[in-house]
Amino acid sequence: MKAARFDLVRPRDLAEALDLLAAPAGVVKVMAGGQSLGPMLNLRLVEPDLIVDISAVPDLRRFEREGGTIVIGAGCTHADLEDGRAPDVGRDMLARVASGIAYRAVRNRGTVGGSLAHADPAADWPTALLALGAEIELASKVGRRRLPLGEFLTGALSTALAPGELIVAVRVAAASASAGFGYVKHARKVGEFAHALGAAVIDPEAGAGHAVVGALDRAPIVFEDAGVLFGGRVGPDARSFDRTVADAALKAAGVENEASRHVHVEILRRALVQAFERAPAPARAAA
Amino acid sequence: MRGRGQYVADVRLPGMQDVAFVRSPLAHARIRGISVPPELRDRVFIASDLDGVKPIRAVSGLAGFKPSEQPPLARDKVRQVGELVAMCVAPTRAEAEDIAALVELDLEELPAVYDMRRARDEKASLVHEEWGDNVFLETLVDVDIASAFDAPIKVSRTISTARQCMAPIEGRGVVVHLDRRLDQLTVTTSCQMPHIVRSGLSECLGIAEERIRVVSPDVGGGFGYKGILLAEEVCLGWLALRCGHPVRWIEDRREHLTANADCREHHYEITVYAERDGTIRGVDCEAIVDSGAYSAYPFSACLEAAQVASILPGPYDFPAYRCRTWSVATNKPPILPYRGVARTGVCFAMELALDAVAAEAGVTPEQVRLKNLVRPDQMPFDNITNKHFDSGDYPEALTRALRMIDVDGVRARQAAGEPDGRRIGFGLSIYCEQSAHGTSVYSGWGIPMVPGHEQAGARLTPDGGLELRIGAHSHGQSLETTLPQVANEILGIPTDRIRLVHGDTAMTPYSTGAWGSRMMVMTGGAVATACEELVERAMAIGAHLLQADVSDVRFEMGRVVGPNGDVALSEIARVWYRRPQDLPLGAHGGGLEVTAGYKPKRDSGTFSYAAHAVVVAVDSEIGSIEILDYVIVEDGGVLVNPMVVDGQILGGLAQGIGTALLEEMPYDQAGQPLASTLGDYLLPGAAEVPAPRIGHMETPSPYTRFGVKGIGEGGAIAPPAALANAVNDALRPLGVEMLVSPVTPDRIVAAVLAARSSTLQRRDAA
Repeated sequence: MKAARFDLVRPRDLAEALDLLAAPAGVVKVMAGGQSLGPMLNLRLVEPDLIVDISAVPDLRRFEREGGTIVIGAGCTHADLEDGRAPDVGRDMLARVASGIAYRAVRNRGTVGGSLAHADPAADWPTALLALGAEIELASKVGRRRLPLGEFLTGALSTALAPGELIVAVRVAAASASAGFGYVKHARKVGEFAHALGAAVIDPEAGAGHAVVGALDRAPIVFEDAGVLFGGRVGPDARSFDRTVADAALKAAGVENEASRHVHVEILRRALVQAFERAPAPARAAA
Repeated sequence: MRGRGQYVADVRLPGMQDVAFVRSPLAHARIRGISVPPELRDRVFIASDLDGVKPIRAVSGLAGFKPSEQPPLARDKVRQVGELVAMCVAPTRAEAEDIAALVELDLEELPAVYDMRRARDEKASLVHEEWGDNVFLETLVDVDIASAFDAPIKVSRTISTARQCMAPIEGRGVVVHLDRRLDQLTVTTSCQMPHIVRSGLSECLGIAEERIRVVSPDVGGGFGYKGILLAEEVCLGWLALRCGHPVRWIEDRREHLTANADCREHHYEITVYAERDGTIRGVDCEAIVDSGAYSAYPFSACLEAAQVASILPGPYDFPAYRCRTWSVATNKPPILPYRGVARTGVCFAMELALDAVAAEAGVTPEQVRLKNLVRPDQMPFDNITNKHFDSGDYPEALTRALRMIDVDGVRARQAAGEPDGRRIGFGLSIYCEQSAHGTSVYSGWGIPMVPGHEQAGARLTPDGGLELRIGAHSHGQSLETTLPQVANEILGIPTDRIRLVHGDTAMTPYSTGAWGSRMMVMTGGAVATACEELVERAMAIGAHLLQADVSDVRFEMGRVVGPNGDVALSEIARVWYRRPQDLPLGAHGGGLEVTAGYKPKRDSGTFSYAAHAVVVAVDSEIGSIEILDYVIVEDGGVLVNPMVVDGQILGGLAQGIGTALLEEMPYDQAGQPLASTLGDYLLPGAAEVPAPRIGHMETPSPYTRFGVKGIGEGGAIAPPAALANAVNDALRPLGVEMLVSPVTPDRIVAAVLAARSSTLQRRDAA
């Protein structure tokens, strides 16, 4: 199928983009890399009157360090992170996630901001960035605001983006030196959207961490304190992982199918194991 | 891959307009009305507009077959989601789709027949009311099955293969224009059987065949889908006549997946009777094939199921057999012949059942097979369904495969266990592939197409090159390479001076086309025959030029050699075309252009075969499968080009892995297809296809030119069975047996959990 007729504008700076979004005549869609929106247009699942192509807005392509925080422009592509053009949160945490997204052709165009705005539960960034405690920076003609990612993602394909608002950046605090990041994706083939996603940041030294289960029919489940998955506190390794706690959370989140829950729990467990294993060696030696 | 191919979608004609179809959103409904905005009435065409256009009818001569009539645009009723209802034409496809969106259908929904196992229920809705039931054809073969009933081992299994889509990289597509100079409807279409498409178009459009020219340009994969006459082709043929300007329809992936390219959906209830050592006493089977809503032209709706009955015994020799089959009509797209046709399904059923026999008998899967395979000393061999095996050493293929994969090493690794907890599994499957079967086989089916002699044209050019003309089509199988090799073998002309002309009914001899793995046997044989006739003509001229008697000259390496010298073919060509004054008196007026026909000495088909052996690692907790090693030992008779054969096997293997592990077109109870994009319909990619190790055997066919056999489909036949057997081997200790393709992570995890909970229940009970 071919897309229905629409108008396309390609603003050159953020102010122009926000102006266009502020006073729309009809339905407006923002396009960054177009890797999800493109197929949706062709399938006529969306028929906007206007598409604002933000790929030429330089403000959205920056990445920088602000003290202990990494700021990633919303227009930063997966490949930018995969290739290390953007600073990483800690060693290769973001690069690992990025390198597993779809195929290289998609990664060359698809953007972090686009992925978060689309909020597909099976996409990588919502789950991975929740585990990393990311914050979303939003801008509109009225002003700017920041939201924790958990508040931004309100459900499957739904976010707290207000009309006229654009994601401009993702802010992630650099990981503590003793933390390990675990990220496990379960898909039937390379490049496919995930059927199960587990992400965890574990600091065995501090006995703290959090964990996320993604690829559900809703926004990811966040365990702010991963200790609940280990009988109360984060231990020295993943051996005390309590499947029943994760299973109960999935049940409560409406995952009816037992086999699905089994896989989600197992993928979470593996992400946790990986996080422990990837925590820097001195921490583990001490433990 | 240089991006220089020319496919249907690359064809640009002045004034060409695009077509988008309004398709049925429902699987089964009566059409109460179609409303077209009045201002668009000259852009939208519905069934009542198509004066004189006849429905597509693909009958079978098999007793009891009920023909279906598929109107190119639906008339009273729609019988599948995606059925064509209206045709919209506009300067671009997007605009045609805009128009299509404005056409409103008033449909009265009827219950959908969505499950072939329930299609024969008394209360089932009727796809074709006039039939009284939903059965295209029922067949029964019974060879003394009762004699097997007292066997000590009886293993019964319910086995099924999912409905799939063929998914060539290029879908279908057609550009039609009326050539006013020749008064000819020129149909450029992505197809593998251009002459058959022409016959079908002629029948449906009521136009004489000579007024239709079918051109098939580069084809990006056929696999059977492009052997079918599509309703879209009929519609566009009519439209080009009506509009006067060129019209085009290019199938998009959604149309391909949801409406057009379905295949493979089989269901088996199979029982194998065996001795305690695994020797098969008999096989008893009931098989259903979900044939979909219509009988597709030209292969008909019964090709799959009726073949199931005749080929289920595969490469095995046993004394008793019964097979009952039903081709049932459902509210789904017609099931079409896909690479391997029925063989992939029967191989899956038979090979899984044999592994179950091995487990029951307490012997290895290889022992069961070695006990029952046809032996080389039996060749040529007529099996229990009268299939005539021309040659081969099946046990040797298996033995070599076992050696190549180091089955003892695999078993040792399996017993030792993996450090990461995954389970190792070993799987085998063996098949035979009847290919290039001809008149004697197909006349019995009574379908619109029966292959006879295959023809090829060979023409020397004035400067000593060669043009080969074939009516079949090369759609990716490298005939542009292999047929010149055949001609070179006879004529000695370097292959870079040999051009293959194909894919155009106006320029090639009639052929049923590229199907049934028949090209190397049939077209290769025809090319050889035509070239040999050219040699005779050249010898007569050459002898004259050498001032020798024809009986004193011979043909060698592209030269006519006489007692006192020799003359090159290129010189002979120069004389024939440019210096006829030098020709002998009474030279053959046909000159250096020949069209010759060929049939093998026996046309019951060649039997190529292969043993596939695979090692997998299965993660039982998440259901993932990694292929660790894959070995294929194949015998395709004499190989014209081993690299091309390897390519065929690799491509087939990739498709077989798709069938085994990924590809599934599910339908819901309303008959709605649930995979409408390649995000839902998963195809194997580079990462999912291992590099197999291939061993070749070459047992010549006694019946064909050069001893070649057809091998085009084999790669896609065995992988699903080998992989499922390997997964089952890995999971057998857990009490899990997977009997449905594709073997997906979800199915594995569900089966593992079910087995665990039943073990727990047994423990509780004890």
